[in-house]
Order: sequence, then C-alpha cells, then structure tokens
Amino acid sequence: MRYIFSLNILPIVRKEFRQIKRDKRILSVLLFIPALMLFMFGYALNFDVKHTSMAVYDEDRSSVSRDFIEKFFVSEYFTKIQTLESKSEINNLLDGEKVRVVLVVPSTFSKEIKRGNATSVQVIVDGANSNAAATVLGYINTIVQQYSVRVITESFVRMGRQNMSMPIDFQPRVWYNPELESAKFLVPGLIAFILMVTAVISTALAIVRERELGTMEQLMVSPIRPLELILGKTIPYTIISLIATVTILFLGYILFDVSIKGSVVLLALVTFVFLIGSLGMGILISTLVETQQLAFMIAVFVSMLLTFILSGFVFPIRNMPVIIQAITYALPARYFLVALRAVILKGAGLSAFWDQALILVLYAFIMIGVSSLRMRKILT
Amino acid sequence: MFGISFIAPVLQLIILGYAATFDVSHIPTVVCDFDNSPSSRQLIRSFTCTEYFRVVGYFDKTSAIDNQLDDGHASIAIVIPRGFEKKIGAGASAPLQIIADGTETSTAGIGLSYATIIVSQFSQNILLESLVKQGVVTLPARVSAEFRVWYNPELKSRNFMVPGVLGLLLMVMTMLLTSLAIVKEKELGTLEQLVVTPIKPYQLIIGKLAPFFMIGVVDVLLVVFFASLVFNLPVKGGVPLLVALSLIFLMTTLGLGLFISTISRTQQQAMMTAIFFFMLPMMFFAGFVFPIENMPTIIQYVSYLIPLRYYFIIVRGLFLKGVGIQILWPHALALLLFGSTILSMSVMRFQKKLG
Repeated sequence: MRYIFSLNILPIVRKEFRQIKRDKRILSVLLFIPALMLFMFGYALNFDVKHTSMAVYDEDRSSVSRDFIEKFFVSEYFTKIQTLESKSEINNLLDGEKVRVVLVVPSTFSKEIKRGNATSVQVIVDGANSNAAATVLGYINTIVQQYSVRVITESFVRMGRQNMSMPIDFQPRVWYNPELESAKFLVPGLIAFILMVTAVISTALAIVRERELGTMEQLMVSPIRPLELILGKTIPYTIISLIATVTILFLGYILFDVSIKGSVVLLALVTFVFLIGSLGMGILISTLVETQQLAFMIAVFVSMLLTFILSGFVFPIRNMPVIIQAITYALPARYFLVALRAVILKGAGLSAFWDQALILVLYAFIMIGVSSLRMRKILT
Repeated sequence: MFGISFIAPVLQLIILGYAATFDVSHIPTVVCDFDNSPSSRQLIRSFTCTEYFRVVGYFDKTSAIDNQLDDGHASIAIVIPRGFEKKIGAGASAPLQIIADGTETSTAGIGLSYATIIVSQFSQNILLESLVKQGVVTLPARVSAEFRVWYNPELKSRNFMVPGVLGLLLMVMTMLLTSLAIVKEKELGTLEQLVVTPIKPYQLIIGKLAPFFMIGVVDVLLVVFFASLVFNLPVKGGVPLLVALSLIFLMTTLGLGLFISTISRTQQQAMMTAIFFFMLPMMFFAGFVFPIENMPTIIQYVSYLIPLRYYFIIVRGLFLKGVGIQILWPHALALLLFGSTILSMSVMRFQKKLG
C-alpha cells in the first residue's frame, strides 16, 4: 500500500496537468460546460407548462360563456391567441402549430346551465408533445371542475338549499420541492451527468493518447506499476471534476436556491466513490480499444447518451419498459442519482440509500481492479 | 466505420425510443387510512381503479410515510384522517391529505393533477348522491369537458421523442463524422498531399462531403424503417418529402462539420468542439426534450438561429401530423437559407486554410 504514495505518482500527475493546460479546449470543456449546462437547465430547460397557446370558439356568445372562458386566462397557464369565427379554422391552427389547444363552447351552454342540466364543452389538444398535453389536460380539467362546482353551488342556492359545502377538503402537499421547480429536480441529475461525462471521456482520452503517440513504450520501461499509472493519470481529472461539482452546487445554490439539505460530508463521500468508479470505467475503455476515435465514440456513447437517457436524470426509470429498466441497473449513474437526490433534496441519511451506496463501492472496486489487470497486460 | 454509421443510430433509436418516456402511470402510492370506513375505502378504490396509481403499501403510522417518500419507494401518499365518513355524512367538509414527492417534478405535477381530478369527481358524486337521497328530483347543473387528442391520441411520449431522435442522430452522425474524417487527414498529412494534386478545391470538398450526404440519407431511411416496424410510427407525411427536407438539413450539418474541421488541429479537439460546443447546446435549445415555449424569451429568439429547431418541427410534423409542404415551407426555407450560408462560408474558410 505504501507504493501508492510513492514518488512515482507525482511526475505522472504533473505531466498530466501540463498536458491539460496545453490543450485549453479540454480545460474549458471540463469547467465551462458544467456551468453552461447548469444555466441552461436552470433557466431555459424545464417541464413547466405555462403560457400554452389556446384558441377559443364560442358558439354561445352569452355572458355566461364569456365568464366561463375568462376562467382559463386568469392565470398564466394559458394565453388566448385567437377567437375563432368558424370550426373550419381549427385544422389549420393545430396543423400549423399556431395553437396547442382549442376550446369549443357549444351554443346550448348557458341555456342548459340555466335549466339545471348537465352540459359539456369540447377541448381539442395537440397531443404531439404528450407530456405537455397530459399536463394541459390536467389544468383544463381542474378549471372545468372548479367551474362545475360553482355552478352546482349556485344551483343549490336557487333551489333553496344554502348550506352545502364541498364534501372533501382536499389538501395537496408537495415535499422537498414545494414549488415543483424543475431546476430542483434537474440539478442533482446534472451533477451526476457532468461528472460521468468528464470522468469517462477525460480518462479514456488520457490513456489512449499515450498509446497513439507511442509514449506508452516509455512508460513500459519505467519502474512504474500499473496501479500507480492509473492513479497518477486519474488524480488530475478527479480534482477537476470535483471543482466542477462544487461549482455546480455553488451556482445551483445562488441561482436556483438548491441547497444541500443533508450532510455535505456524506455527499462528498458518495461523489468520491462514484468518481473513482467512473474514472475506472474511462481507463477500462481506453485499455480496450486501439484508436482514439473509437475510444471516444464508445466513451461518448456510453457515458453521455446512456447516462442522459437511462439514469433517471430526465426520464423517470419507473415508466420505462421492463427490459430497458434492466439495462439501467448496469449504469452507476442510476444509483448515484438516487443518492444525490436523497442527500441534496430530501436531507436523508445513509439509511435511505445504503443499498445504492454499496453498489457504487462495488462498482469502483471492480472498475479499478479490472483496468489495473488490463493495464498490467499492456505494460508487460 | 460501418458499425458506427449504421448500427449505432439504430441502436440509439431503439433504446431512446423505448426509454425516453414521460408517460406517467402506475405511480407508486402509499395509503394511511385512519378512518377505515366504507367511504374511505371507496375513495381509495377510485384511485386504484385507474392505471395512474398503484398502491404499494398500507400503513398505520404517518412516520412510515416519511420513510417511504425518503427512500423513493413511493411518490404519492394518501392520508385519510379519522372521522372522514362521519364528516361527509354530516354535510361538513372532511379533510384529505395527499403528499407528493416533489423531486420528480413531472411525476409529481401530473400525479397531483390526476389526484385532483379524481378527488373532485368523487366529491361531486357525493354531493349528487346526497341530493338524490334527500329526494331531490332535479339535479343541479354541472359542466364537464370532452377531450379529443389530435396526432397522438394515446399520448405516447415516444411518438414525440422518436422524430426528435432522428434529428439528433442525423446531426451527430454527419457533423461528427465529417469533421473527424477531414481532421484525420489533416493529422496524417494526407490533406496536404491532396492539395498539391491537380484536383480543384471544390472537387475535393464535394468528394469529401458526398459520402456523408449518402450516409445521412441511409440513416434517415433506416430510422424510418425501424420506427414504423418497432414503434408503429409511420411517416404520415410521406417518406420522399422527409428525405428531401433531410437533405436540406444535411447541408447545415455537413457545413458545420466542415467548419469544425477548419478550427481543430487534432481529432480529439474536433470531437470535443463538435459535441460540447455545438451539439449539446443545439440539442437542448432546439426543442429536443424541453419545449421551446417554456424558455425565456431571449433564448427563444436564439433558438431561431439553430437549424435543428426547424428540422425538429419538420420531422415531427411529417411523422405525427401528416402535414405537407404547404404548412412546412417556412421552416424548409429557413433550413435552405441556413444550409447555403453555412456551407458556403465553411467552404470559403476551408479553401483559405488550404491555399
């Protein structure tokens, strides 16, 4: 174990830092891109559905129908784009994406309400973006229901029954993220994503670069051990990735109020374990392929696309087909994300995610172990 | 080369198509029923009989709910306090608590809105039932909404994602591969050798870019084939139109690939630049996953400068809505403008760098 702290590592670390400094592009990628992504995800990219464009076709044109229609535009959820004169305009509006929703109030609307009958309005929704569409349907349903309740109560008053209150006093409560801000959901995922990407890509490149430049032979004749080489190469990127993480957390706190509700020490520990595993994976990739191009393609494919899609960063894993869910079990980012959300957003302790933490530790050992073995084969 | 150009896109398409889903159903729910009455059980049933909620546990302590939500075992908790049925019977308001785990915002948002609908429907039914019981013959007026969902009646998010994936794949494949291929020659020094041959610059460029045009077209056809086969998602607007408009889009991606090759010295630089400085921002700001309408106005203006934005609209329109060129022509025109500008500027820069 004393070998790990031997002087063989320091020259490697220094050389790697020098090479990073020489290629400014890698440095900017590793530091600037996380900040950019945080900015993007915090401000621009979210699932909140507001200002949905709506067109209205009011066949009734009574004060009652106008009152009903106004209910939709009181809040910022819908924006009235157009009042239609005829039904034929609907097709063009939806096809051309000028509006996403069309509300049609039938001509008998106010008449039926006055008579005390049930009546319904027609809503046509552009279902292309199904997530937004489902949310919009929910909003519309809520608004219509609220209006219906008012109509019922007014009917009661007219019938002479005054004291009818709504049977259920519905108290919804949202934990951990009361305003349902997408940023709070996305920031932990962003950390995992950035860490994974930078860790895998940078180490994959670092090793393969040596092989292509031919400096691998020089390393082979030096007294360095495989484990020392791996540690020496990964330490600079570990440091940079940790700086990136801290930057993201800091910016997340300042810009989006994402504070770490749980223990910072726990967060640091879990992050460290995850980093080791990801760096190990990067090295493993680089020991398996010959050319830089292939190494990069695989690293990018594995880390970026798969992590983005399958780790639960953006798309909830629970809703995926079972086969795909099985694949996600092989991704370390999946477990890391559970731990991140638990510590940062829920303030939970290790008990909430001990099984994920265990898997991450196992993963780190396996990755470092296997890549050391591969490295030994290459060096000898 | 073959594997990367053709197998990777198809694989990515299939994985993405299956995994990229926002469809929310079977939300794991825990229940704390302190009332244990027919009414409370009926309320719970009104949740479970839909496919939106799946009860994974019944508990008799609210502290248990804390753990379930902390662990992530459940995303929604329903708490029915004691006296629920009694209060309803007396015509008073009975409180009902529903707690949502807000860390998964789309699940929580949609889950709560389903819950609201279920609860208000339940509430309304109670009102009407009690009226009938009291012998009221004429029921009060009430309003409901009839929904019709166009283009994607089952609200499958896959139908929204798959066309987007096509745009993404096309951009990745052609832009990345083009820039890599050219920079590789630069690295190896064979580019200079080509320059001293009697070949004219424009012939060199056409020769370099043509294969990637073809790869792009084949990728489009592959995606269309697998989309209709695996995901039951045919191109309502017609494949020829899709290919034609894709060719215009390819002008922009190949132009960008060419440009990247002129600003990179090594393949590694080219890859980093292409992926992090072009693809990543383009992917997000062009409306791949996150709708452009939700972005701040300034960023929405910026998105008009991204060719991928127009291609997404075109591809989604062709796959889902079956619209024709009459509707899509503004976007096609924008692509054409961008394509020719980017391509010509990159070609000029490339020629300058060579000569």
